[in-house]
Amino acid sequence: MRLAQHMAVASDRVRATAIEATEFPELSRSYRVSAVPKIVINDRVEFEGALPEAEFLSAVLRAAAPETA
Amino acid sequence: MAFLSDRDQAAVRQEFEKLAGPVKLVVFSQELEAADLCRQNEALVREVAELSPDKVTVEVLNPAIDRDRAAVYGVERVPAIVVEGARDYGIRFLGIPGGYEFSNLIDSMIVASSGVPSLTAETRTALEGLAGDIDIKVFSTPT
Repeated sequence: MRLAQHMAVASDRVRATAIEATEFPELSRSYRVSAVPKIVINDRVEFEGALPEAEFLSAVLRAAAPETA
Repeated sequence: MAFLSDRDQAAVRQEFEKLAGPVKLVVFSQELEAADLCRQNEALVREVAELSPDKVTVEVLNPAIDRDRAAVYGVERVPAIVVEGARDYGIRFLGIPGGYEFSNLIDSMIVASSGVPSLTAETRTALEGLAGDIDIKVFSTPT
């Protein structure tokens, strides 16, 4: 969550929400959370576990890229 | 009931020496939705705020009553916390930030207080180039 929060401060485009998975079981189910931390970006790119900053950024940029047909 | 031990309080006080400016914690509570969790969340936030009363303020909103504000913040579930510095940077916590998320709450307050993120120049440049909105959800558990 730390990187996500810092990215939110860096850019007005970024919103970072930390979700306590056990308190929101329906959300956790709909995002198929089985291991934590689980990160979901724009409901498109997801991964489990902490990533170094450069790889986290790549995931953000992948989520930001236009959909390819 | 106190959430933070004396030792936790001392640690947070020390971290709060890094607060560069005012921080507002906007708490969303709705008794009818999740009474116990909302009460605990609110109590935790107030305990945290009391550790730096000159810099940290708390506002409690009920999304069923303060609908317009909840919509502006994009908060649809409770308990929730918005961490604001000079402005709303988009930092949200859904659920009580316990365990590991507690450290993130404190860290988010410090970065929101300054508006200066600890990120590499490469990351900051890439984020400045974003053309669309990015929503990052981080699911975690307290332990």
